[in-house]
Amino acid sequence: MTTLHLNGQTITVDTEGDPPLLWVIRDSAGLKGTKFGCGIGMCGACTVHVDGRAIRSCITPVSAVTDAQITTIEGLDPRGQHPLQKAWTLTQAPQCGYCQSGQIMQAASLLKDFPNPTDQDIDAVMHGNLCRCMAYLRIRKAIKLAATELQRRAQP
Amino acid sequence: MFKRLLVAVPALLVVAVAVIYALSRNSVLAPIEPGSAAAFPQDLIAQGAVLAGAGNCASCHTRKPEQPFAGGVAFATKFGTIYSTNITPDPETGIGRWSEAAFARALRSGVARDGSHLFPVFPYDHLTKVKDDDVKALYAFFMTRRPVTRAAEPNTMPFPLDVRALQAGWKLLFFHAGEYRPNAAKSGEWNRGAYLAEGLGHCSSCHTPRNSLGAESAAAKYSGAIIEGWFAPALNSGNTAPLPWTADELYAYLRTGGTALHGSAAGSMSDVVHNGLAKLPDHDVRAIAVYFADINESVKFAGDPQDIVAKSLRSAAQDGRRAIDPGAHLYLAACASCHYNSGPMPPILRPELALSSALTAPNANNFIQVVLRGISKPDGLPDVMMPGFSAALNDADIAQLAAYLRRTRTQQTAWRDVRAEVAAIRKDSRGT
Repeated sequence: MTTLHLNGQTITVDTEGDPPLLWVIRDSAGLKGTKFGCGIGMCGACTVHVDGRAIRSCITPVSAVTDAQITTIEGLDPRGQHPLQKAWTLTQAPQCGYCQSGQIMQAASLLKDFPNPTDQDIDAVMHGNLCRCMAYLRIRKAIKLAATELQRRAQP
Repeated sequence: MFKRLLVAVPALLVVAVAVIYALSRNSVLAPIEPGSAAAFPQDLIAQGAVLAGAGNCASCHTRKPEQPFAGGVAFATKFGTIYSTNITPDPETGIGRWSEAAFARALRSGVARDGSHLFPVFPYDHLTKVKDDDVKALYAFFMTRRPVTRAAEPNTMPFPLDVRALQAGWKLLFFHAGEYRPNAAKSGEWNRGAYLAEGLGHCSSCHTPRNSLGAESAAAKYSGAIIEGWFAPALNSGNTAPLPWTADELYAYLRTGGTALHGSAAGSMSDVVHNGLAKLPDHDVRAIAVYFADINESVKFAGDPQDIVAKSLRSAAQDGRRAIDPGAHLYLAACASCHYNSGPMPPILRPELALSSALTAPNANNFIQVVLRGISKPDGLPDVMMPGFSAALNDADIAQLAAYLRRTRTQQTAWRDVRAEVAAIRKDSRGT
């Protein structure tokens, strides 16, 4: 049995051994927005937030995060209207869509540390999030659009 | 062969010396009635709890969290495996029959209540410096812990190393008994720091290399040493961190578990910070910082810290255009999302690898350990974690990553045999 703080709720799930957080999110909690890509932390599809910072859930044992607040794509914004999610739609960033929840979670973390990111900042921080459809230019555009929106909101 | 002789010749000498010295045996100190030493003033016990934190007694004497101070931690020394003992007041398996005099003698001289010599895995060479009042408080603290019945495992040292009487020879050669003597030329704060660091803190037990007989090398004091697969960095002027360990930096590191300019505590140092020093008041931690800032001569640092930070960040920022190196590819895929920085100062939650003590260290041990194990949430800086990559990266990957970062982020010479070192550390960590 493992107790987790997932998207603002405390849940208790049956676990055997010490599975990766990703298995618990998808198979035990039933939240399928977070994707399995490579399983070795090299593609970014499984990115979620642990205490507000992006981590790869496929290589994070669940025991390591039981006292943390975990946020998945489902919990990023209660109505799916995070500025990044809106920018994703506006720019038509995804093509097949498989990588996008990981991309968005990583981008949300990026914008906390780099509120006004340069191309270089985006390329470096997002480099570990692969997109087989090669939508990188639109993803970059979406991130900049969301950054503008977040900065506008932050103005008094 | 030569190496064997190196150990054997001094060992024989010690045997010879010890045989003579062992004639003067230590007395058995009378047992006390169990439970008779259970009444102590609360403030004395509280003071003992703080001091036990300063000594981080728990890190060696607690194996299972639910059995604090009941011993059983294995120390794989080159002489054999030695297990820590039960220091709860259990009368049969712990120190429940130890008088305060017996307790004090163990700390001061490394002699058990029954008169036998303790092995110097127990740092009595440092604890001998502890003041009477503090010994009293520690005794009050330990005699009021919950007794746990748990006998110590037998040590596995081969004959004749397991003969305790021979320790008398070791003591003759290496042990200098006596309370801490203040240095009148230094401030009160410095002396407080020195007292805690050299005595209870026994910092040099890990940060000083040991000689062939397992004693701290006086000539190389605080020059850094490998311990349990980790590198305890130099605390003297030989420290290779890009930025000086000033009193402020040391204080922040020892108080919180990491700083933006030096990186995060990991391994047993994280335990020292979060479970040991955490019990100390700010002014004691500050005193330790002041002491080591003097030892490491950081005041003599002539460079411009701002300049070094800027240079470090520049070295990292060029990655986007330099992805031909397979190590750079790995860095960008696995590390950059959390470790990339730009701007004038790296934020504390994005540890800048170009400033990391692990990358500039003389060996790759700490780099490898952290890549393999990650840093758990309670370790290092609060509320930040790094997953371990032991299942994600193979030995060659980690070696490539290490070579790339060492080459691009530091001015130091390349590490050698990293791949074999990764394999060795991987093998060891499976055992623990």
